[in-house]
Amino acid sequence: MRISFIRRERASRVAMLLAPIAAFACAIVASVILFTLLGKAPGQALYSLLLEPFLTWYNFSEVLLKMAPLLLIAQGLAIGFRANVFNIGAEGQLIIGAIAASALPVWYPQGDSAFMLPAMLLMGAGAGMAWAGIAALFRTRFNANEILVTLMLSLIAAQVLNYLLLGPWKDPHGFNFPQSVMFPDAALLPILLPGTRVNISLLFALLASVLAYILMRHRFAGFQLLVGGLAPRAARYAGFSESRAIWVSLLLGGLAAGLAGASEVAGPLGQLQRSVSTGYGYSAIIVAYLGGLNPWGIVISAFVMSVIYIGGDNAMVSADLPIAAVWVFQGLLLCFYLAGLTFIRHKVSFIRKAKP
Amino acid sequence: MNAVDFILAGMLAAATPMLLAALGEMVVERSGVLNLGLEGIMALGAALGFITTYTYNSHAMGFLVAALGGAALSLLFALIVLGFVANQVAAGLAIGILGTGLSSLFGKSFESLTISGLPKLPLPLLSDLPVIGTLFSQDIVVWLTLCLALVIWGVMNHSKLGLIIRAVGENPHAARAIGFRVLRVRCAAIAFGGALAGIAGAYASTVYTPLWADGMIAGRGWIALALVVFGTWQTGRVVFGAFLFGALSLGELTTQAAGVNVPSQLLACVPYIVTILMLAVISSNRRRMRLNTIASLGQPFEK
Amino acid sequence: MAALLSLQAVSKRYGAVQANAGIDLVVDPGSIHAILGENGAGKSTLMKLIYGVETPDAGAILWKGKPVTLSSPAEARALGIGMVFQHFSLFETLSVVQNIALIVPGRKADLARRIRALGAEFGLEVDPEAMVHALSVGERQRVEIIRSLLLNPELLILDEPTSVLPPQSVAKLFDTLRALQARGMAILFISHKLEEIKELCDTATILRGGQVTGRLDPRGHSAKDLATLMIGRAMPPPLPATQLAVGEVRLELNNLTYRNDDPFGVSLADISLRVHSGEIVGIAGISGNGQQELAALISGEVVQAGDMIRLMGQPVGAVGVAARRKMGFAFVPEERLGRGAVPEMSLADNALLTAHGAGLVQSGFIRRTPERAYTAACIARYDVRTPGPEAEAGALSGGNLQKFIMGREMMLDPKLLLASQPTWGVDIGAATDIRQRLVAMRNAGAAILVISEELEELFQICDRLHVLHKGHLSPSLPTAQTNAEEVGTYMIGAGKSPEVTA
Repeated sequence: MRISFIRRERASRVAMLLAPIAAFACAIVASVILFTLLGKAPGQALYSLLLEPFLTWYNFSEVLLKMAPLLLIAQGLAIGFRANVFNIGAEGQLIIGAIAASALPVWYPQGDSAFMLPAMLLMGAGAGMAWAGIAALFRTRFNANEILVTLMLSLIAAQVLNYLLLGPWKDPHGFNFPQSVMFPDAALLPILLPGTRVNISLLFALLASVLAYILMRHRFAGFQLLVGGLAPRAARYAGFSESRAIWVSLLLGGLAAGLAGASEVAGPLGQLQRSVSTGYGYSAIIVAYLGGLNPWGIVISAFVMSVIYIGGDNAMVSADLPIAAVWVFQGLLLCFYLAGLTFIRHKVSFIRKAKP
Repeated sequence: MNAVDFILAGMLAAATPMLLAALGEMVVERSGVLNLGLEGIMALGAALGFITTYTYNSHAMGFLVAALGGAALSLLFALIVLGFVANQVAAGLAIGILGTGLSSLFGKSFESLTISGLPKLPLPLLSDLPVIGTLFSQDIVVWLTLCLALVIWGVMNHSKLGLIIRAVGENPHAARAIGFRVLRVRCAAIAFGGALAGIAGAYASTVYTPLWADGMIAGRGWIALALVVFGTWQTGRVVFGAFLFGALSLGELTTQAAGVNVPSQLLACVPYIVTILMLAVISSNRRRMRLNTIASLGQPFEK
Repeated sequence: MAALLSLQAVSKRYGAVQANAGIDLVVDPGSIHAILGENGAGKSTLMKLIYGVETPDAGAILWKGKPVTLSSPAEARALGIGMVFQHFSLFETLSVVQNIALIVPGRKADLARRIRALGAEFGLEVDPEAMVHALSVGERQRVEIIRSLLLNPELLILDEPTSVLPPQSVAKLFDTLRALQARGMAILFISHKLEEIKELCDTATILRGGQVTGRLDPRGHSAKDLATLMIGRAMPPPLPATQLAVGEVRLELNNLTYRNDDPFGVSLADISLRVHSGEIVGIAGISGNGQQELAALISGEVVQAGDMIRLMGQPVGAVGVAARRKMGFAFVPEERLGRGAVPEMSLADNALLTAHGAGLVQSGFIRRTPERAYTAACIARYDVRTPGPEAEAGALSGGNLQKFIMGREMMLDPKLLLASQPTWGVDIGAATDIRQRLVAMRNAGAAILVISEELEELFQICDRLHVLHKGHLSPSLPTAQTNAEEVGTYMIGAGKSPEVTA
């Protein structure tokens, strides 16, 4: 007897919906096994990871707070992924966006202009675009692989952040901590839900989702990107420019990540610090894939991933799980999901070998 | 010790983790598979290698466990991309994140402990040469890695096994039509590449800087991936590229030692910047890329 | 005399397609046995079962009277079965001898010597040290044949071997095959060309729709009989050849020279060509002689600066695909899936691919209603068998998808249509339909350039022919004043002109 996959005539919608759910279940099972082997209480870990985020209004609001950058970045990345342009350096674009946005309040710590905040957001988004644009330039001009270039640019961005926080931008009254001065009120995003830290960047992320939907579903430009991703030779045949697809994908991804970086420093952090980079740029890759690269799916997956983030913070305290457990869970989740995707276009068949 | 001596003495050891990983990845890519999870597999190897070496006080055990761990994680990758025909880029990233997470999970309680490295084995005569003598005083793993490079070169270019791997990478459908098991060849290549990446990580954590620190692989897996492109999938050029990067990463230390006033964070960027530049130089020669590139690289294979 | 190979009620299914259903086949030793059938009849699948590439779902395979299970080509080769694939199973980045060493044991120097010896004996000369990507299609076929012969097979399978050969070389191949037969080797010769089978084979098994529809001695039957068994009805009559008065020049190539950067590709030298409104011009030649490059240069997928190409009288040295299409150019490429159509997308979205200019997009937004209407009209007018505009392109049969792509391009009412291999892999019914539509379009005043490997097809529909060989184009040959022989001379480069230096 042999197990093999048979290609389906058309994509199965049932499998499309079931794949992420099944992957989630499998990731939970695998993590329970792993945590048990490591001698942690799996029940407590799961409780902290998946339930605690819903148990108090504060926890839940923190989920929404985390969701904003993840959703925003993932929407930007997903556009590129569908066009086969793999920007995996959103982390660096976020850092550069945060740095650029911080320039104003660092230079004018007493500033109170109403233009300060919009200018910061513009600078953050622009810097993110520019950072990603380097990769676009290298890919279109020199044919250099954008996966490696965006990743290298991320590593560089992290060092630039370190340099600034340890050197020129370090808060002189900050007890030598690697962080900038606290930003003035004029440099902070308005709070969306009173009594919580949730700010209006959540609205940016939701707006980005709507725009991404319109682009990918209703705009001819989005259709051209899709064709480029599914069948590059068909795109060439139809006259859809490859270098335009690369530029659009990377610039949109960089814009979203840069804006997310600006929103972090102008939001929950209120200053530039190392923790602006906690891996949102990498998690957003997972969010994008788990959402099926579909703008609505990504809204759901961003929410789920934020729950895991907040749950992971809780589990660190209550179940003595290192934060790395969150990465392990995310990695497992994406592995299972990618395996599950197969069932969208294939069905399993059990073939009995023909008797001679 | 002057800067030249310092670089000559250290560049081979500095190059070894990248070289081991890049050699393995080169074989994987020549069979037509792109494994972007290298960084995570190296991290896992580093953690497992350190834990084992620390616990059993045996480098050999450390390398063995790291190799097995690397192979196991890469077999999970193989299952996803070969068995389930998944997108190789996404699967590689997933494995990378998983490997990095596992490494810090396992390594948590070994943070900042240290062990001793491996002794140098100087080559007789050569190591007594003036100026370049220090180049020939290296630990056993460095020598074995260079031997391995020679073996891989021989196998890829002058053996039937090498022909089969190249055939599978160029045209898997034709390879299947004349009777080669494409998925088996690729699976074996992936496991081999994973084992080497595991050993590469273990070398970094048990010999090169004999301590475990979270995030210690620091992009070396990604540089190894770039080295394969830089070397246009040819063993000799990959080795050359790795040495170049070994020397470059020491340049950072020598510049500081020489008292040049450049912030260390900015110096740390140099290998990354050079990676980008060299990718541009190599890749912009489209004719050369076309001649050497692996035709089916990254494409899923279905019967 | 016991049969060398016999198949009993062998069946194979791929998903929804029953490729082979209950096939019986008997091959005698020393026989040249034809498997005749049109595209999609199940010939290639059957050969893969015999060669062990695929395993049958049901039925038995007997070798010299004993049942065998072939789970890999290596087992088939060990029994004494060799195979020459239609699209070859060679590796471009390896040398000839390396390709051969993949399945033939032996030292490299030894193999090289045996390759030369065998080549001299059977007229299959090839340089063992040459890289495969530098070989012509005909030379590659010789490598495949030599590779099989080096294992001394008792049965040699050749899948459509003549489709890649000019007429003169076909005769040479037949001599080689007869010489092999004289040594006692049995040959399974797969083809859809009736005359060849009548000339070469002593037995024929005819397939249609995955089933055997006849077994006979082809020498004793007319081509008409064979055709009827093959397609289930009489061959469609040839198209009436009417000459029209030609109009303005729509495509003009003036000494087009193109140096290909791709080391595996072909460079073009000094190509001059004119296509007028109201005529069909054909480009004959074995594919791999610059056809893809020529098509890409005309379509704008590759842009060549300068004034060597003019469409509708305008130089296009500075503009790409989109601008050329706006001028009234349309193109049917040779690859349907992945180039002419996106397999994972619906037919409606595939219509949008090139017909977006026909009112399907307004201020950047896709208009779904006109998109569907255009697709539905294309499906209805071009007889595309499919559930509807929402069906995925990848689910259509080759012939239906080709009709869809052809329809999509023709509905744009182009002034100049380039059709590359318009009937590759398409069944005879659909092929006839496509040819008729091309002629009708010409009669309505369009200028059409057809690139095709099928000489018969070109003679049927073209007013004039050129032959492409190693990047050089022959002079214009009016179809009425030339014949297959003359065209064949140009196909092997005997016509004239030196080779392009790469």
